[in-house]
Amino acid sequence: MVRGLTLLLSFQLCGEILSRLIGLPVPGNVLGMGLLLIALMVGWVQIKWFEEAAEMLLSNMTLFFVPAGVGVMVYGDLIAAEWLPITVATVVSTFVVMAVTGKLAQKLEAEESNDVA
Amino acid sequence: MWPELVASPLFGIALTMAVYLLAQILYQRIGSAWANPALVAIVTIILLLKGGGIAYRDYARGGDLLLFLLGPSVVALAVPLYQRRADLWLHKRPILIGIFAGSLVSILSASGLAWLLDGSRAVILSLAPKSVTTPIAISISAKIGGVAPLTAALVVLTGCLGAVCGPQFCRRIGIRSAAATGLAMGTAAHGIGTARMFEINRLAGAVAGLAIGLNGLMTTFLLPLLIYLTGL
Repeated sequence: MVRGLTLLLSFQLCGEILSRLIGLPVPGNVLGMGLLLIALMVGWVQIKWFEEAAEMLLSNMTLFFVPAGVGVMVYGDLIAAEWLPITVATVVSTFVVMAVTGKLAQKLEAEESNDVA
Repeated sequence: MWPELVASPLFGIALTMAVYLLAQILYQRIGSAWANPALVAIVTIILLLKGGGIAYRDYARGGDLLLFLLGPSVVALAVPLYQRRADLWLHKRPILIGIFAGSLVSILSASGLAWLLDGSRAVILSLAPKSVTTPIAISISAKIGGVAPLTAALVVLTGCLGAVCGPQFCRRIGIRSAAATGLAMGTAAHGIGTARMFEINRLAGAVAGLAIGLNGLMTTFLLPLLIYLTGL
């Protein structure tokens, strides 16, 4: 567990360093995910070192989002002033994105399995 | 004694975990998607803080420590991706095209609707990256002239909405494949949608995790380009 967490944090740190070096607004943790994936593929690290820590973090990910959501309370005034565009855009866009992404992916997936068959 | 305790990180952590635990028990008892533990916990904590006259700043001392764990969690998404690499590689074309389309539609629909409804420039720009995972969305928003904390709030609201309604919505409009559902949830509702997918199906969760990273990357490049093209 300690080994897994230490390695995850080390990959995150490498991602943060890389993010600063390339100067793009890509957060270090996403780059860290990419670096870890590469390291696993190349065989520099073994998947079993990470399994326990990853399971602990991933199965509790929802909990870590709660404080970010509580942060909404600070922007009550801005949200109250522009509640209509905010609500409509958020709700409609979320469903449209889900429908487009899911439908398109399913259609392409079906075409591919037809090609194979 | 009380103000001193409230201002310590212990307060924010203990409050968040206790409320979340109760919200999870409630969710298991009720069984309705609307009782989503993240949504219930967020609303309950805001009401408790407001009711108790406690400043967000005091809560955040502990809250931020829990929020920090989101960082290594995103890195840990590489683990299910690696474990499922064969499945993902098999579906690489639908995955990449689906996420690209979703990313573009997300930016255009969110900012377009806000523009049509007379939203201010700050709100339009804050809404544009709303389907991207919190850490990426905040960096993008700050860079393009949005209000980063408002973006953070909208990202969480989007995620809750997706997690609550997403699986049922996908079934209703005829999306049956686990990979396509995971892709839709990860692209539209980032980490909160992904966390929900992990409860339902491991493959869908892994695909959703991939969608978080790829949608984040695509939005990072697409959004500045679109702002340049539209002259906003």
